[in-house]
Amino acid sequence: MAKGVVTITVERCKGCGFCVEFCPTRVLALSSAFNSKGYHPPHVVAAEKCSGCDLCGMYCPDFAIYGARINGGARGDAHAE
Amino acid sequence: MATTIDVPVPGNLVEPFLRSERIPHIWCPGCGIGTTVNCFARALLNTKKDLRKVAVVSGIGCTGRVAGYVKLDSFHTTHGRAIPFATGLKLSRPDIDVVVYSGDGDLFAIGGNHLIHAARRNINLKVICVNNLIYAMTGGQTGPATPEDAITATAPFGAYEPAFNMPQLVEAAGASYVARWTTYHVKQLERSMTEMLSHDGFSFIEVLSPCPTLYQRRNKMGDGLDAMKFYKEKSKVRHGAPTSEIGLTRDGEIVVGKFVDRQRPDYVELMRRQLREHLGERFINDGVPTCC
Repeated sequence: MAKGVVTITVERCKGCGFCVEFCPTRVLALSSAFNSKGYHPPHVVAAEKCSGCDLCGMYCPDFAIYGARINGGARGDAHAE
Repeated sequence: MATTIDVPVPGNLVEPFLRSERIPHIWCPGCGIGTTVNCFARALLNTKKDLRKVAVVSGIGCTGRVAGYVKLDSFHTTHGRAIPFATGLKLSRPDIDVVVYSGDGDLFAIGGNHLIHAARRNINLKVICVNNLIYAMTGGQTGPATPEDAITATAPFGAYEPAFNMPQLVEAAGASYVARWTTYHVKQLERSMTEMLSHDGFSFIEVLSPCPTLYQRRNKMGDGLDAMKFYKEKSKVRHGAPTSEIGLTRDGEIVVGKFVDRQRPDYVELMRRQLREHLGERFINDGVPTCC
């Protein structure tokens, strides 16, 4: 059971690959699909490994991805929109 | 669309800080400025500050666009004049936290004089300098932070002028908090920004950021991701390192860490002290005129 979940806003992505490279549990990979601007957004290849650490969210320069803990996430829940 | 598991999750932490209607932003793919904005947003969350009492002031340049993207009171000033504007803001409203978010060209070249005098006065500004080593918005000309031998639009055979060592300059000018990180060190940068936001006095953080379109392309250093790997490989954390020894070179080691953390009397404090001494009874409201 995954501890976290990652959410991707495909249309904001510019395909820099920071999230793919620096995900500590290697959850992501760049997909071969395009978004409407012609970039390759990341997609989830190992959803069960996600720890919800939100490091992808910290690295993403385009605010296009974030991770959150599923149960009792210390950090995310406190500041839910 | 791409949510992997269908459970309610809290939104992106940075989202409440953004003017969403302006996103996607103009920064290039692989540029690190957005990453520093993530760290800044999280630092603001950590300090639990009242966001109505935080103002962001930017100059001109790629990093200058930050003021237009953050959903805080913000002002996009003319080139190099972020610090004078912020100084005025801080003097008239000492209760708000003024953050100057700008680039290396804006702060150190066009606004260089303002920067050193703000540091000398130790006025309580938080300066975040995103250093991409070049004048990026205007097409990649040699700037005051361009390392020697780097190829730029105005130095096709390599820059020959020595570059500023930013932490050394601001420390010598009198800054009371000086740190340097790269966009690779997101957690450390977040911690450092949190510390800076609760520090009294002139605080300065230099953040090294990739510029894939202009700096790295001309220097054959790959894209944004390659720059991040370069930072990972070359950076070395040395807290408290003497700032005279940490100049940047094109391919050399990048010393990161917190270099200076000291207390000096703040400009507003000194001004109030003198006014209190000389005006005596006539000194009202700590020197801040009441308005509204």
